[in-house]
Order: sequence, then structure tokens, then C-alpha cells
Amino acid sequence: MLNLIRTRIIQGRQYISDIRKAEVKSPFRGYPFIKNNCSGCGQCVEACPSGAMKISPAAIDLGKCTFCGECERRCPDNGIEFSVLHKLSADSRDKLKITKDFEFHEFQDKAIISTKEIKRLFGRSLKLRSVSAGGCNGCEMELNACSNVNFDMGRFGIEIVASPKHADGIIITGPITENMAKALYDSYLCTTPDRILILMGSCAISGGIFDGGPELNRDFLKKFKPDLYIPGCPVHPLTFINGVIDFLGRK
Amino acid sequence: MIEWKRFNCSSMINTADIPVVQLDDLRDDITNKVRLEDKRVLAFFGVKRDEETILYIILGDDTISRLFIASAIFTKDTTSYRSFTPEVPSLHLFEREFYEETGILPTGHPWLKPVRYGKNHKARTGEIEDYPFYSMDGEEIHEVAVGPVHAGVIEPGHFRFMCHGENVYHLEIQLGYQHRGIEKILIDKTNSASGKNIFFPQIAEKISGDSAVAHASVYAGLMEILTGTIIPQKAMVIRTICLELERAAVHIGDLSAIFNDVGFLMGSSTFAALRTVIINTTLLICGSRYGMGLIRAGGVNFDINHELAAKILSNVNYVQNRIEKLIPLTMLDQPSVLTRLEGTGTIDSHTARLIGMVGPAARASGVPIDIRTDYPSGMYRQYPARKVVLEKGDVFSRSYIRYIEMMHSFNYVKEQLGIIPGLQGARASSEIINRFPTDALSLSMTEGWRGEIIHIAITDKNGKLIRYKIKDPSFNNWSGLALAVRNNGVSDFPLCNKSFNLSYCGHDL
Repeated sequence: MLNLIRTRIIQGRQYISDIRKAEVKSPFRGYPFIKNNCSGCGQCVEACPSGAMKISPAAIDLGKCTFCGECERRCPDNGIEFSVLHKLSADSRDKLKITKDFEFHEFQDKAIISTKEIKRLFGRSLKLRSVSAGGCNGCEMELNACSNVNFDMGRFGIEIVASPKHADGIIITGPITENMAKALYDSYLCTTPDRILILMGSCAISGGIFDGGPELNRDFLKKFKPDLYIPGCPVHPLTFINGVIDFLGRK
Repeated sequence: MIEWKRFNCSSMINTADIPVVQLDDLRDDITNKVRLEDKRVLAFFGVKRDEETILYIILGDDTISRLFIASAIFTKDTTSYRSFTPEVPSLHLFEREFYEETGILPTGHPWLKPVRYGKNHKARTGEIEDYPFYSMDGEEIHEVAVGPVHAGVIEPGHFRFMCHGENVYHLEIQLGYQHRGIEKILIDKTNSASGKNIFFPQIAEKISGDSAVAHASVYAGLMEILTGTIIPQKAMVIRTICLELERAAVHIGDLSAIFNDVGFLMGSSTFAALRTVIINTTLLICGSRYGMGLIRAGGVNFDINHELAAKILSNVNYVQNRIEKLIPLTMLDQPSVLTRLEGTGTIDSHTARLIGMVGPAARASGVPIDIRTDYPSGMYRQYPARKVVLEKGDVFSRSYIRYIEMMHSFNYVKEQLGIIPGLQGARASSEIINRFPTDALSLSMTEGWRGEIIHIAITDKNGKLIRYKIKDPSFNNWSGLALAVRNNGVSDFPLCNKSFNLSYCGHDL
């Protein structure tokens, strides 16, 4: 018993007190700024492992980006710069395509438009189930980290539950493999009828580096429209938690 | 007796120099070598060339750090051969994989079941929903089915327990849900960038995201061997530091998860918080908590300067001190924790060797194999790592070995940080061009936190990759988990599972 009290004292306070204002340290690669000096040499396009870059005019698709930073290193014009800004989530696929005309506050203002209905239904309590469909365990580990003592997502009423039957929605990680396609479909239909669908990580959003791969089956996403896209590779816990809070329309 | 081609880890050989032998001779010789001479099978895979299929087998001799390779040719009319598995059980999964990929049937294989259900595989044996599970009959015999979607946030796989009351007679693990065809993607992308200074370690990182640094450094190592590049020492030091931080972080996280599974939440939350400090240290180095984006072919993308080295040192010291204090308080002094861990899920050393287990799970069962000391490369050659071997092979051993190994990792990181100032001004990367020699085979390996990671690349007569074989340690160890659960309670399964913590996508590729 005394040893447990000692352990508790050593542990101290671990949680991040303000998740909304917390920052990630450099050299974390978050929101990319595209500057106005692309010469169209195409080195970034060649080196990008997931086909996220476009040139003339320069654009980057956060839904495909693996945030490896190869384009930033290769650009001879310093035309692209990853910042530490980690709030990257959006409610539609198109909003993830960043061009040079974009400032971060613009992106943020428009990225997630929360509805009253969502706030009313899930604002105080959101139970989610994760389905990994080919995920490399990166996003899965980060999703687990969201619930640990540091990030403590449970304080906002957001929880990962053990069964899809207890869940208000599904989080998909991974590019959706052929072999998981049916299990994903079944899990999704087990959730409550007012279900929400969250895609976590580049793989889930676009297939990421596996896009067009021989063993994927992404038909699920043709049938069902996702409500929230959370980019990252893997998604940082702060990106995830802030994305979901914004989606719920909470302050 | 057959003549094997002998070569070193991290070297390249010409495919024409690899002896081609008769299959029956090969079977006899492997049986002898594995049984008598303490050699292990490291790789067993097929390559399609023109009309023929070539089978490559690589053995390793851990005591002399040498690899041995031989091959056998199957003409296009060959549809079967006599299985090796009855003589060499550790080959069971390798032969199932070979069958699935080439369609050549190993007759007499005692457990010829589907591995990955790949769409493009030659032998696609039914649908993943109809896996032929082993079943038992009898009064009070029942089955428990778990997965592919699990209660925790983990990857998909299906577990089928055959139980008598609470007692597990047999566990069958069905994988394949994670199959993404990553070997093919690596080959295609790497070939498409031929002639440029472009490689794809980003893809290797996703073979298994919890071993991103390990897999990416093996991929980069292989590309460096193929292009004849020697990387700057500083790059080697930085890779090694991150690899050891990865090992420590996962080991701490697994202890946290094991405490969680015995219902000891105080232990679980303290260790989870310490893991955060370590992975955030990796973020300070390369911008990702799991080391993604750190490694490039030819070196690393991020340097460690004096300031950063001091910060890493202070974080490592902080965590190490806390763990030294906390392990006695949480693990060793709590009888309720110890009773759950001790004697649970035991794998004896004979079994571990027989089924070819690797990594900390094998070392906890008294099988002394560790790539860092047995086939040292990079910094491990100059600064030897310490091999830890325990005897009992139960969940406690597999947990306790994590504690000892993470302590060694911290010390190793501190030692490596100490030599960084002496490397002042050294570049962290050298330029290399994606151009490979013709008809070459090369192998690169390292000890990830989970065990040995092996990548093998083979090029054709035009210098293009025709085969990229990945062997994650999970491939060896899943059958270890299945055996560990036998004669334990169903409720001990989570403990056994976490003490192994195997990768689904590393197995399914």
C-alpha cells in the first residue's frame, strides 16, 4: 500500500492542462505553407511517395501527404515549408487540398463547420469504435495514446468503446485491405443509425502510400460518406482530439 | 552434403554464384544442419524467373556470424515437392507462404493452411471467412472466437480458442486481414525511380509502424549495399540512437499494457506516461514520435547538435531514474501482479528453438539469439550491445527481459550521445543514385525491438529489382504465442498476447 502511494507521488500530474492551446515542438511537420515561388521543376512530385504534390501551380493534398518532408528538402526554391501547426482536420476531402493562396487561419476557419445537430447528439458524449483495415499500427498507437494519462481524451466525453454495438461511429485507420473490407462493412452497420464516420490518417483518407495498391478494396468509401478527415502519418494525438472537438462544435 | 555459398550479412553476391542443388539433398542437409549444427533458417522464398521458379534458402550460423545460401529450381511443369516441415518444423510457415505465392504444393505438410489470402497469389485457397479451423469434439468442449475487430485499438486478426471449461487446449491464429502487398509496392516504386537519387524508406517504415526506424534502416541498409555506399559515421550513430529509443519506448509501453491487462492501473498509467517522454524525444530528433521520416538511403535527414544531444540525455536520464525506482515498487513488490505473470504462458527453450522463435521472446526462453551481437553491423560492431537471456520463458520472463533490455538501451543511447561531439562537422547523409548491379542478391538485417528483421533484394539482368523479401520477427513468433496459451486460462490470453506484442501487418505484409 505504501509503495502504491509512493508510486502515486512519483507520478505527479501528467496531463496536458489545455489541449486546445497545446503546441507540438519543432521539427514536427504539420500544416504546410506553399510560397509563391514554384519554378515547376517537378522534383517534389518525383520524390513524393504518395503522389500528394502537384506543381504549376503548386498544391499539396493533406489527405495523401505522409508528412515525410521530402518535398521541402528537395525544393530548390524553398517553395514549401512544413510548420508545427497541428490542427489539420477537415470535414470534406476538397478542403485538404492546400494551394499557395491559403493562410492557416483561412484553412482553420473553413475546415470544419460543425452542425447544431451534431452538437446536440454527440456534444457531451461521443463513443467511437476503431476499425484498423491495413493500418501499420502507427495510427492505432496514436489513437491509444489519445486516451492515456497525458492526452486524456476521456475528459471531453470522447471514448473508444470495445464493440461497434456500443458506438456512435467508426474510426477507420489503414488503407482498407480487400481482406478487411467485409469486416469493416459489418462493424459499421452495427453502430447506431445516426453514425458518424471518421477517417484517421493518410492511408484511410486516400490510400496514402498504398494508393492503387493491388490488395486494397476501397469500395466502402464509395457507399458511405465520411464526416471527418484527420490527416497525418501517423496522426498526432493533438490533431485527433482537436479535430473531433471542433467537429462536435465545442469550444 | 552439399556446398553452400557462404557470405556475410550486409554483403552482396552474384546470383550466378549461388549453388543450385537437388531438392532431396537440400532437405537432408538442412535437416542435419538445423538439428546438429545449430544453424537456423533465416529465409526460404521463391522467385519467379522466366518460366521457372527458384527457391532460395538462407541459413545462419549465429556463433560465427556467417550466412549460407543455396537454391533449387522448379521447372514450370513441377506442381509439387515433398515438404521439409516434418523434418524441420521451423519451416512450416515459410513453406505455406511459398505455396501461396508460387502454387507449388509441399506434399506431406502437416498444417497447410492459408497465410495471407492475397488476391494475386497463385494458390488462393478459398475466402478469408472460410478458414479451415482445427476443431475438437467432446463434452464441455467449446470454442471462443475473437476478431478480426478486437476490443482494443489494435490491428485485425482472428483468434479461435478450443476450450475445455476455462482451459485452452489449442489456439489457432488466423491472419491475412492486413495484407497490403507492400513487397510489390516497394519493388514498383523503387524501380520507377531508377537512375535518380530517389528511394522509398517511407514505405519501409509502414511495414510495421511500431518498428519504423528498424524497418527503414534495414531498407536503407540494403539500398546502400546494392549501390556500394558507405554512410557517414554520424548517420550511423543517429540511426542507432533512434533504434534504441524505439526499443526502449515499445518495451515501456508493453509493460504499461501488461499492467493494464492484470488490472493494475497505477502501474499502467505510470509507464504509459514515461513512454510518452521517450517518443517525444524521438519527435525532437526527427519530427515524428515513431521516427518516421528520419532515415533516408545514404544517411539520415536530421542531425543531432550539442543542444539536442543534451536534451536527449536529460530525457533519457529522467526516464531511466524513474523506471529504476518504479519497477521495484510496481512490478517486483506487488504479489498480485507477480502471481499473474509467473508461470503463465510458458514456452520452453526446446520448443522455442524448434519453431524458430526470435527476439526478446526467444531470449526469455533461453535461446540466445540477438542480431546486434551475433551479426553485428554499424555501430554495434565498435560498441557491442549486451545480449540478455533468461531461462523460464513465461510471461514474467518476457516482461522482465523488457525491463533489462530497455535499461541497456538507455545506456547504449548515452554512450552513443557521448561520441557525437567527436564527429563534429560530419555530414549526416551522402548522395546515392538508385542504380543497382545486375543479377545481385543482398541481405540486410537488424535487431528490431521485436526481434530480427531481414530484408532481401534480388535484381535481374537489367539491374531492376525482381524480388524484395521482407521477414518481420512476427512471422517467426506468432506460432510461439499460439503454443504459449495452451493449458492456460482464457483470461490469461491478453497477458500472453501483450508479452509477445506481435505485429499483424508485419506478418501479413
